[in-house]
Amino acid sequence: MAVSDPSLSEPGLLRQVLRSRSLIIGVVLSALFIGAALVSYVWTPFDAETMNIPNKLKPPNLVHWFGTDHFGRDIFSMIMVGARTSIAVALIAVGIGMLLGVPLGLASAARRGSWLDELIMRGNDLVFAFPALLIAIMITAVFGPSAVNAIIAIGIFNIPVFARLTRGSALSLWTRDYVLSARVAGKGALRISVEHILPNITNLLIVQGTIQFSLGILAEAGLSYVGLGAQPPIPSWGRMLADSQTLITLAPHMALFPGFAILLTVLGLNLMGDGLRDLLDPRLRNARR
Amino acid sequence: MSLLQIDQLNLAIHGTPILRDVSFHLDAGQIVGVIGESGSGKSMTAYSVMQLLPEGSTTTGAIRLNGDNLLDLSEEQMCALRGDELGMVFQEPMTALNPVKSIGDQVAETVRIHRKASRAESLRIARETLDRVELPADRFPLSRFPHELSGGQRQRVVIAMAIALRPKVLIADEPTTALDVTTQAQILKLLRRLVREDNMALMLISHDLAVVSDLADEIVIMKSGTVVETGSAKTLFQSMTHPYTKKLFEASSHVPDRAEAESRTAAPLLKVSHVSRDYALPRTSLFAPPPKFRAVNDVSFQIQQGESLGLVGESGCGKSTLTRAILGLEEVQEGTILIDGVPVFSGHQVRRDIRQKMQVVFQDPYGSFNPRHRVARLVCEPFHLLDRPPRGAARAEAVAEALESVGLDEADGRKYIHEFSGGQRQRIAIARALIIKPKLIVLDEAVSALDVSIRAQILDLLADLSDRFGLTYLFISHDLSVVRSITDRVLVMKAGQIVEEGRTDAVFDNPQHAYTQSLIAAAPRLPDRQEQKEVSQ
Repeated sequence: MAVSDPSLSEPGLLRQVLRSRSLIIGVVLSALFIGAALVSYVWTPFDAETMNIPNKLKPPNLVHWFGTDHFGRDIFSMIMVGARTSIAVALIAVGIGMLLGVPLGLASAARRGSWLDELIMRGNDLVFAFPALLIAIMITAVFGPSAVNAIIAIGIFNIPVFARLTRGSALSLWTRDYVLSARVAGKGALRISVEHILPNITNLLIVQGTIQFSLGILAEAGLSYVGLGAQPPIPSWGRMLADSQTLITLAPHMALFPGFAILLTVLGLNLMGDGLRDLLDPRLRNARR
Repeated sequence: MSLLQIDQLNLAIHGTPILRDVSFHLDAGQIVGVIGESGSGKSMTAYSVMQLLPEGSTTTGAIRLNGDNLLDLSEEQMCALRGDELGMVFQEPMTALNPVKSIGDQVAETVRIHRKASRAESLRIARETLDRVELPADRFPLSRFPHELSGGQRQRVVIAMAIALRPKVLIADEPTTALDVTTQAQILKLLRRLVREDNMALMLISHDLAVVSDLADEIVIMKSGTVVETGSAKTLFQSMTHPYTKKLFEASSHVPDRAEAESRTAAPLLKVSHVSRDYALPRTSLFAPPPKFRAVNDVSFQIQQGESLGLVGESGCGKSTLTRAILGLEEVQEGTILIDGVPVFSGHQVRRDIRQKMQVVFQDPYGSFNPRHRVARLVCEPFHLLDRPPRGAARAEAVAEALESVGLDEADGRKYIHEFSGGQRQRIAIARALIIKPKLIVLDEAVSALDVSIRAQILDLLADLSDRFGLTYLFISHDLSVVRSITDRVLVMKAGQIVEEGRTDAVFDNPQHAYTQSLIAAAPRLPDRQEQKEVSQ
């Protein structure tokens, strides 16, 4: 009885956040990177796209904090602007995944066992069967390489992730008594999904969204690396890595800094996702104590 | 000296006091019933004995087993005692067993841990123990898995695990609460036999006064972390010195005052005729059609306006399926269900004017509400059925009226559901059902999850509301005493069929069908009230 009542000695939300080390590290790393992207709109140490050939391949120094690349561009500025590209691509891609995936999952759960459910879930399986990169290559083969096509490719890959998550959690909510009494009150599947199901799965969606966001950044970097993402001269982390490849012995800083940017961002978002899940899911919160 | 002596036990969890000065004792061969409502600390007392308390607990006082204070023992020493000298049986047999291990392995595990016995030896002891809990080898080989057993059989396996090493003290925490009455009677009988055979001490924890008074030698009554009264079962119910004991006793056998049902109008409000419902079972072969399970089989009955009808049956008898069909949540394959002479389903849809006539109150006060809405919005949900739902001030007024009619406050509408206790939540559920003034309210085990004193209040409320608004109730329950106290007529259902039907008094006093007789015989009974009155006068 008293054991299963977490409200008895529930510490404040802030204290719980402070207690979770992974959440703090995650939030700090993510904030750093989002902050860099925002600041880049008003200020960067140098213009990220201006070449300065005489100044090329400078190692990190007091003027160019992260050094310069083979065209003499400031790497610190490029990483700041590149963060912008990564955020935009990953955010819009996750948005596409949620906007299409969540309604599909809700519909599928509302009509469980019907032909509609089968159609949606088998469609999901089909998309899952192709790796995101393959879809991206297919799209760019048809429409040509650009940031927009990268967004679409990553977005398509996100749809089944959200559709499955939504369907799974919605199915368990459909058996709750409050959903039954809403049905007795004559509410249709659409209203019940919006009023009763969706608000109770937002926690899960936020957590999954954070993790998909980090995967999106990774995918964007991968696509730019093979030349299918944002096109020059727009700076992008993936392409910075690709450019550094031939000069790796001559100027290792060209590879190190974008590499670390990707690593820390993905790590930060993943830690934040894990921390949020622990915080938002009361069962895990109790288990951790 | 007693076998288990609990002495001035105090328990606090994260600084919140849970138990205060709890003292009682158990002797070998004795059954001590610990009675209390939720939050009384009865389970925490048991967990203290087992030293299975949640983190952040601090205990003072003493719990002596054979003179050793359990509170002083290390976790390692406690591990050696648990399962060996101290056995425990939990409430929920569905989750107390590991679903991926066979029952033989689970019973043998205790033996192997404590006796360092070989696998063959421990399996032999497991077999013996399962025989002792009346699970014979020919029908229940050791290789059976929990999902192949019924709830009562699983509870027997749980008991076998607890008694495999013939512990001196057995603690049973609500061992029969999750079971049907007939199964409950069998499990109680089994426990009593085991206590006599092994000369064990049994601590039987329950919220149900009748269960305990049937079985126990000594009774301990707890309330908000303290022991309010102890005494032998024979004399305690006759003296009842503490007012709480008296209150608990009266609430357990509470019969609400109800006005005599009005003279019957000709047309029935609800008419169910020859209804059957099949469910498809998993296919056995690729080509044959899947076999069917008939959950409801040719059921017919009717309810008059203003009547209160009980539907009694054990789990799996088809009463839930029938309820869902009446509420228009699931279609039936055969037969018709008419409300005011109009079928519930027309085409595959339920018309709104039909839905307006009925509402439902479910069993679980914790699961019946969307936790993210305020009470006012929750209560308003059935307004969806009205063509012109009230808005603004009229809506607020309707909410206030509904909340006040169930004994709550207008201001409660602004709160969230987690701010209310179980009993208050059930009142809110009733308010939600009342708000569109339906004719029929289906009460699906609506008081089963509540403490006795709260249950008595809710029953009073239901009786009062039916008098005031002329409501008709379909009261579905497995609890015979509740059904007896609030219904005019009763239907007894078994394996999808109605086996007996009649006026409630007549059915209870003179049951005709063998199944009804066994149900009534199995229901635990409180000591005679007459006798108790004489003594108290």
